[in-house]
This record gives sequence, C-alpha cells and structure tokens, in this order.
Amino acid sequence: MSVEEKIEATPAQAEAKQNGALLSIQDLHVWYELRRFGFGLAGYVRAVDGVTFDLGYGEAIAVVGESGCGKSSLMKTILGLVKPTKGDVVFEGQSVSALRSKEMRWYRSNVGYIQQDPYGALAPFMSVQGILSEPLIINGIRDRVERNERIHKVLEEVKMHPVGDFIPKFPHMLSGGQQQRVVIARSMILEPRMLVADEPVSMLDASVRVEILRLLRGLQESHHLAVIYITHDLSTVRYFSERIFVMYAGQMVEKAPVDTLLNRAAHPYTHALMEATSDPDAANALKFRDVPPGEPPSLVQPPSGCRFHPRCPHMIKDLCDVERPPEFEPEPRHQVACWLLR
Amino acid sequence: MKRLLKNFREIRRYPSAVIGLLIILGLVATAIYTLIAIPYPEAIRLWRGGAGVWDEYPKLAPPAWVNLFRSKKVPETIFLKSTEGEAERQVEQRSEATQIITLTYSFDYNYDEFPQELVVFFDPRYETLTPTLSFAAFTWRTPDGRETSLGSVSLTPEVSFRPSQDPALLRKLKKFIPEGVVFSDKKLEQGIPAETVLFLDPNQPEPAPLKGTYTLIIKVTTFEPGADVEASFVSYGQLYGIAGTDHYRRDLTVALLWGAPVALSFGLLAALGTTVSSMAIAAIGTWFGGVVDQAIQRITEINMVLPFLPILIMVGTFYSRSIWLMLALVVLLTIFGAGIKNFRAIFIQVKESPYIEAARSYGAGNMRIVFRYLVPRIIPMVIPNLVIGVPTYVFLEASLAYLGLGDPSLPTWGKIINDANAQGALYNGQYYWVLEPAVLLMLTGLGFAMLGYALDRIFNPRLRGM
Amino acid sequence: MTEKKVLLDVQDLVLHFRTTRGPVQAVDEVNLDLGYNDAVVIIGESGCGKSSLAKAILRLLPRNVQTYKGTVNIGGSDIMKLGDEEFRRNVRWVKISMVPQAAMNALNPVLRVGDQVAEPSIIHSGLDKKEAMRQALKMFDLVGVPQDFAPRYAFELSGGMRQRAAIAMSLVTTPELIILDEPTSALDVLTQANIFNVLKRIKQELGVSYILITHDISTSSELADRVAVMYAGQIVEVGSAADFFPAPLHPYSQKLMASVPRLRTDIEPEFIVGQPPSLLNPPTGCRFAARCPQRFDRCAEEPPTYDRGGGRKVKCWLYA
Repeated sequence: MSVEEKIEATPAQAEAKQNGALLSIQDLHVWYELRRFGFGLAGYVRAVDGVTFDLGYGEAIAVVGESGCGKSSLMKTILGLVKPTKGDVVFEGQSVSALRSKEMRWYRSNVGYIQQDPYGALAPFMSVQGILSEPLIINGIRDRVERNERIHKVLEEVKMHPVGDFIPKFPHMLSGGQQQRVVIARSMILEPRMLVADEPVSMLDASVRVEILRLLRGLQESHHLAVIYITHDLSTVRYFSERIFVMYAGQMVEKAPVDTLLNRAAHPYTHALMEATSDPDAANALKFRDVPPGEPPSLVQPPSGCRFHPRCPHMIKDLCDVERPPEFEPEPRHQVACWLLR
Repeated sequence: MKRLLKNFREIRRYPSAVIGLLIILGLVATAIYTLIAIPYPEAIRLWRGGAGVWDEYPKLAPPAWVNLFRSKKVPETIFLKSTEGEAERQVEQRSEATQIITLTYSFDYNYDEFPQELVVFFDPRYETLTPTLSFAAFTWRTPDGRETSLGSVSLTPEVSFRPSQDPALLRKLKKFIPEGVVFSDKKLEQGIPAETVLFLDPNQPEPAPLKGTYTLIIKVTTFEPGADVEASFVSYGQLYGIAGTDHYRRDLTVALLWGAPVALSFGLLAALGTTVSSMAIAAIGTWFGGVVDQAIQRITEINMVLPFLPILIMVGTFYSRSIWLMLALVVLLTIFGAGIKNFRAIFIQVKESPYIEAARSYGAGNMRIVFRYLVPRIIPMVIPNLVIGVPTYVFLEASLAYLGLGDPSLPTWGKIINDANAQGALYNGQYYWVLEPAVLLMLTGLGFAMLGYALDRIFNPRLRGM
Repeated sequence: MTEKKVLLDVQDLVLHFRTTRGPVQAVDEVNLDLGYNDAVVIIGESGCGKSSLAKAILRLLPRNVQTYKGTVNIGGSDIMKLGDEEFRRNVRWVKISMVPQAAMNALNPVLRVGDQVAEPSIIHSGLDKKEAMRQALKMFDLVGVPQDFAPRYAFELSGGMRQRAAIAMSLVTTPELIILDEPTSALDVLTQANIFNVLKRIKQELGVSYILITHDISTSSELADRVAVMYAGQIVEVGSAADFFPAPLHPYSQKLMASVPRLRTDIEPEFIVGQPPSLLNPPTGCRFAARCPQRFDRCAEEPPTYDRGGGRKVKCWLYA
C-alpha cells in the first residue's frame, strides 16, 4: 500500500485515525456554480453547506432528507465523483479529495455504490457476467478464472440461485428485485469496506423492498461493512441503521441513534418528518396532519440563520432568522442544531 | 452481441428485408466471383486494352440474348483463326525462296442481317530483320457459286485487311451487286458497305443476306525462305456476349462485373468509416465536454456549410482522381456532419444514465466509459443508418465517374455511363450501354434501402409494427 | 355502516389488450362500488392492472383493445352504453375526472398554468374565458396554490405545486368523482402530507368522491374510507378501512400489510416470495396460489367472491 505512505497525514486525519473512524466528513461544503447562459456567474447552489460526521468501521447510518436537501451531492462527494468546495472527506486517515486519479482507484475499490434505479444502473447491452466483470477488469484482476470465481461468490451472497442461470442474462430479462441484487453484487465485488446506498428500494415494489433491505442488512453484518443509507422514507431506517442523520437544505439538523431519534427527536423538522410519515391506520383518514406548509428552500439563496425558520412553528424572532444555530448535545451521541435547545 | 443477432433474425418477418438481403448477397457473390475470376491485372488488361485485346469483339454491339426477342436473327461474330486450325492450309513450294501458302476459310452464315465488318488480321513471320514482304491475294466465294477478287495487300507485320476501308475495292464491288436488288436512295448516297455487297442474296428485292456456306481464299506468296504467315478472319456480328460491347469493342461484362466490388467496397468503406468515426468523435466530445466539445461542434458546423460535391470536383480536377483519395475525402467531409449532431443529442441523454455514474464510481477511466459504455448504447440505432448510407456512397462514386472525375484506371458502372454519354449512346439507340449499369446501380440502391429500412423498423422499437 | 346512496357501480368490467405476444388481461371482471363523498383506495403492486382499471372506467383506451365490456353505472345510468362522443361530452371531466400518474409531468409546458387549469371548464362547462379563469383561481385557493402563480409556466413550479395544479385542473368542472392514480409517488413526505391535507379538505368542502390508486399502503390509509386490493387484474378483497387495516382477510392482503415497514412499531416486516404473475398468461385457478402460504388443493380452481357482510368481500377459498 505504497499509496498511503506517499500521502502525508494532516493533523485532522491523524485525529480521525485515532478515533477509529473509517470515514470522517469534516466541515464539508459542496457548492455548484450557476452559470447564466454560459457567461458570468449567477451564484452558487450550496448543495452541502457545512456537514461534519464520523462513520465507524462496520457502522450503518442513515441520511434522511427530502429531495433538494443535498443528500445526493453529499453522496457523490463521498464517492469521489464530485470535488468538495471546502472541507474534506477522510477515509482511513487519507484525505480523499486530495487524491489523484490513480490513487483514487484504491479508494473507489473500497467504496461500493448502490443506486436508486435498478434498471438504469445496469448497462442494458451487457450480460450479468459482463456487468460484474467490469469492476474487476478495471481494477486489474486479469485472470479470467479468478474473475469468474468472484462473480459466482458474490451472486451466491446476494442469493441469486442458481447462479449459472443468471450469469448470461441481460438486465431486461430480470425483475426489479433481481436487477437490484445485481447492483448490490456489483457494489460488493471489489470487497469494499463501505457501501453507499442511495434510495436502494424506493423504485421497487412494496413486497420486494423488505427482501432487499434484509439482504443489505445481512451483508452488512456478515462482512462488517460500514453503510451509508440515504433515503427519504423514515419508516425504513429502524430496520437498517444504528444512527440517523437528518438533513435539511444542505445541513445536518439532527444526529442521533435510532431509538433516541424515534422516541426523543428534538428538531422541529424531524418532528415534521415523523408526523408526515404514516403507518397504515384507518384513523388517518379522519384527521389532518400537522405539517409545516411550504417547500424546501432554494439552495441558491437559502434563508438566513437557521434554514428551516420560514416553516418552523417554533421560530424565535431575531434569533432563528439571524444566526445559524450551533450543534447542541442534549444527551450523549445526540446532536441537534436548533436554538430551542439553548 | 447476442441481442444484435437475435434482432437480425427478426428480419425474416419483413419480406422487403429478405428481398433486400438477397439482392445484396447476390451483389456480394458477384463481387467475390469477379475478384477471383477476373483478377485486377486481368481486368486492367481487358479494360485498358492494347494490342489485339479487343480485336475479337464487334463495336457497339448489343448483348447476344437480344436475338431471342427478335424475329430477324442478327448475326453474331464469327472468328476463325488459322493458328487454331480453323483454316485449311496448303503450301506449295514454287522455288527455293518462294512459297505459296493458301489459307481457306469456310463458314456458315444463316443470319437475317449483314455483319458489321469483315477483317482479316495477319501475323506474318519473317526470319530476317528487313525481309522482303509477302503478298496476299483474296478471293471471295458465295454459297451460290459466285466469286470475286477482293484485291491484294502486302504483309507488313501486324497488318490487317479491311474490305470496307478500301475505296477502290468498293468501286470494284459495285459490279458484284446482283441485279434485282433495290437499295433505297439514302443508302445509295451513303455508300453500300462491302459487307453488305459480299453477302447479298440475289433473289431478294430487299437487301438481305444469302444464307449458306461462304469461302474466303487467301493466297499468300512469300519470297524468303523461312517466311510464314498466320491469319485470323473475323466477321463481326452485331451482337456480342451477355452485356454487349462499347465503342472500343470492349466487352462490357468486364466493367459490369468489376463495378460490383468497386461499388460495394467504396460504399461499405465510406459508410463504415464515416459512421464509426462520427460515433467515436461524438462520444468523446460529449463525454469530455468543455473545450473539446465546443471545438468539435464548431468544426462540424463549419464543415456542414462547405459545399461537398464542388470540393470533390475541385480536388479531382486539379489534383488527383485516385479512388482511394476520393474515398478518404468523402469520409473526411462526411464525418463532421449531421451524424455527429444527432449522435451527440443521444449521447447527452445517455451520459446522465445511472450506469455511467456507477462506472465512474468503480473506477472506469474516461476512454473506457466512452467506448465501452457510451458507444455500444447507440450501435443498434446506427446500424440501419449504416445500411441505408451505403447506396449514397455508391451513387456518389458513380456520379463522380459520370462527371468524368472517376478513377481513370478502374472499370466502374459510373465510367460506363460516362463513356456512353460521351459517345451519345442514347441518340444512337445503344440503350443497352446505358441501361445495364443503370439497372445495376438501381438494384444496389434498392437492395440496401429495403434492408436498411427494415432494420430501422427492427432496431427502432418505436417504429415497430408499421 | 349505513346504506349510502351509490354513486358509482362497476360490474364485471373487463379490459384486455392485444399485443404482439398475446392478449394482456389487464382488468378481469372487476366489481366495485362507491358512494357519494366516499373514498375508495385500490391497493396493488405494479403490473396488477390498477392503472388500467382507471382508464377502463374513464374509457381512455389505447388502440389495441381486444375486449372491453361490463357495466359502469353512475347515478343510475350505464355509461358503457354511451357513444364515444357522448361519453366525452357528458362523462369525462363532467362527472368523473382524473389526476393521472406523474400528473406534474403531464402539464403542458407551453401553456401558462392558470390557462391550463381553466381549460377544462371552457371545454366541458361551456364557460367563457373570464368565468373559467375565475373558477380556476377558486380552485387554486382550494388546493393551496397562491393566485399569483397562475401566469407562470409549468417548469417554474416545484413538483408539489405542479401536483396541486393538476388536482385543481381535475376539480375545476366540479365533478362528482375524481380518480387519482399515484398522486404522490414522486413527492417528498412533507409535500405528500400537504397534498393529502388538500384532498381531505376538498372532500369535506366539496363532497367529491375519490378512487385513489396506489401501491403505498401507508399513505392509502390517509384517505381511505374503503379499501379494495387488486392482484393480477382482479379484486381480491374489499372492505371498510376500519375493518381492513387492523385485520386484512385475503392472504395476499395479509402479506402485503406485513411487508410494510412501520415507523411507530418495532415489528420486523416480512417479504412475499416470488413475483406477481404476468397479465399475459395469468394462471388458472386462484392467481395468488403460487405464492400463498395457505394454499390447498381447491385453489387450483378460481374462487368466487364471498360476501362477509358489512361491505366486506373476499375472493378466497378459505372463506367459503
């Protein structure tokens, strides 16, 4: 691993390594330039605006937020597809954003990516064999026998039986659930330390979702994988994660272990999410849900101070609309960015 | 790959595609046969000619099978060679140096029309470098026993005797015309050719040939020891072969056959070259974006404005007409055209696909993504365009040849039409000369178009079922 | 449940499509009824034919229809007997309107939103432009879209706003029944909750009835008075929401309910083995038998629909 030796550790990285964190996100900012008709800068889309957290080895966390909250940009930055504007992504003590392309390959082989759209995530003109061989070939596994062995092994792990039947098939011959299993297999085939799953089940049928979530959880436990599970559906997180991070308008507003969050959520936005998530109950039809009106804010001109303040039922004038709240910690491992806890 | 093949099998459902495919296969088979049976050097020899290559053939003769449609049988060429023993040979030794060699040619003539021309080719052989020339005298005998002398000629090497070109002989022959045969005034004005006179049937008021066995007796007197002579007698018919002949007496079959591989290879190479290059360049531009993409787009736009055919004509007129140069130029000018714009539109969409993002996430390099992930996506859509494009280039090559800018050394269909046009074929009623290459060109276009449009329906699912 | 007057009565509705691979039996003898100010939710997974059912009721048919028959009674008269032109004039958007799937993407990009919402009332109610616009703005208020959004174009609105505009468009001719096909599937939770609040308010204030088609059981409970479960082109269970959600009867409904992850309880969800059958060649007998843990030999024969009283019906041999 001479690559690691080449890169000198910064103090932050050394600290992260000491903490035993696999992945450390430090004050990450990802801003996209907004160009007006190709000339001149019209401003920035502040997709991720100051996010910090650590992910331990083998830990599963969920990032929950609605569309436009920046979770996709966060995910792409973690995957190395986008360069951060400020701040850093540190993996095993190595700053990822400083890596050059050859060194990136090492990082990329350690992170598996599971996408939302199972059909779109697979090249329609490649067979399952081809799709699964690609990451191996790119990462230098030249021996065909070894490749086939690994393909067999990984297909067994995602429970596609009999393996031989599926290898020559093309994506359009598979059901949604089977396609997603191939996507998961592809993410695992390089034996990564970490998986990033972006809404992995939201495009699947209800009856298949549970199956896939179970499969992911099983893989996480057996391989001691760290998983970042990104979703907008709060009801699935309890089956899959240990900690939940709630994201709004580019910032993390609450971080807590699952039980703490579900029972003692503190941020008004988290409350709103929970209120808006229904369980099947006939009584639901008889009452109106108490949810804040309006829409998530534009990330080009986000509201001043706390970004949720225009919709917050508990907004404190001259505080919430002026100054961004820091992270308060009402109990260990529970951080909330809300002035209500001052 | 397997998916492509499965799609190809769909072709069976479209009758037009099957017909198109058969036509194309026929052309390909012709091309292969031609390349084997008449290899390039042979083809050049037959086409560019030189000494004696075309002698056997009549000039401007329609194909022989035309006789099937006619009630009056038009004569075919009769070729008798003394070297092949088709003449009776008698040698009389008069003295030590003098010999009289008599060559007698007999042939049956049963046609309803007169031969085009009569020629005797001589191949005199002398032992000394400056010999005393031998001397040949001709006698002509008709089936009904009439005889006349046709004069004499001295045998310089490679001399040929053409009765129709000897004005003195023509005057003499006037006496040979049987009474009772009436010629129109117009014919009398033009002059009656020797071939007509020698074959006239005395019993018919309208000029018609007498059928039966004719004999030509050539008496050659040699004045040196060791001198010898061989001769060939030709009665040129008015028809020849499968395809007829042109003004140089060339058998058109050579050019028609050779046109097939030339047209097919030009068309296929041009179509493939432009399509593959356009795909690759569009993919690279779209993927890398930025300056690369902008540069490619601007080059394309400028190129699309340039006049295509005039540029080809200029290069052909002022520089070189080599077909390879033309091919390269055509490909170059076409790559940066509408193809790139269309492909780019599709690639821009495909670029955003999740599987491309996934490829980046497991470390695929840029070139790999372009060629292994982007380009294969549009191959099914490109195949029909490729097939339909082939006849465009075939016609382009033919057009250039027709304009006189074709490769001068190659026998191609366009060249035939060019020659025909230059010789005023349509005015002279030599329709076969124009029709034969034209039909072949149309057939090529038809075959590829039918197959191509059927493939379009197969590969483009939105058009399915139409 | 008291006997309400029936607004919609669908009996033995059949819709089969002709495709190159054979007939697709999308809707296979469906029976459904709906009262005034009643909301029925049709729950089913993708490919079960629920969207086709909506289209069958509204006669929005493609060209390759093989079989289309049955009775659809609205307020007593059978609209299946009407000719196409009469149907268009008197039923569609007059009595029944629809918010189709991904409606927010179905808005015309070159028309202003206000004009689009007003259009149906010009066509069907015969209002003039001013009247129609007034009506449209009234609907904007009802669905919670600010009136100054009316001169904007569709792309200028967010997803949630566009969906509300589509709902407004379906309301503008004051129909009695609105069919909603997956109205919130592409929207965020908060927006979703807001939209359901809107729908509930409209039901209260205007007294419309709904047929809500969705695959999401949790959100279906937000609007359901009654529930119908669809599987492989057939309705396998019908019941009131109060009866259905705590205790579904049909094995498929039970499995479906068990597969829903819940926020508020700690029950581990289960999954259903296998896949729904293709509508191209549905199996003979009970169509769920292949995946049913409680199947027995009688299931080789197609079960009838049993009436359990109180509006509850089940298509399963277990309830014979």
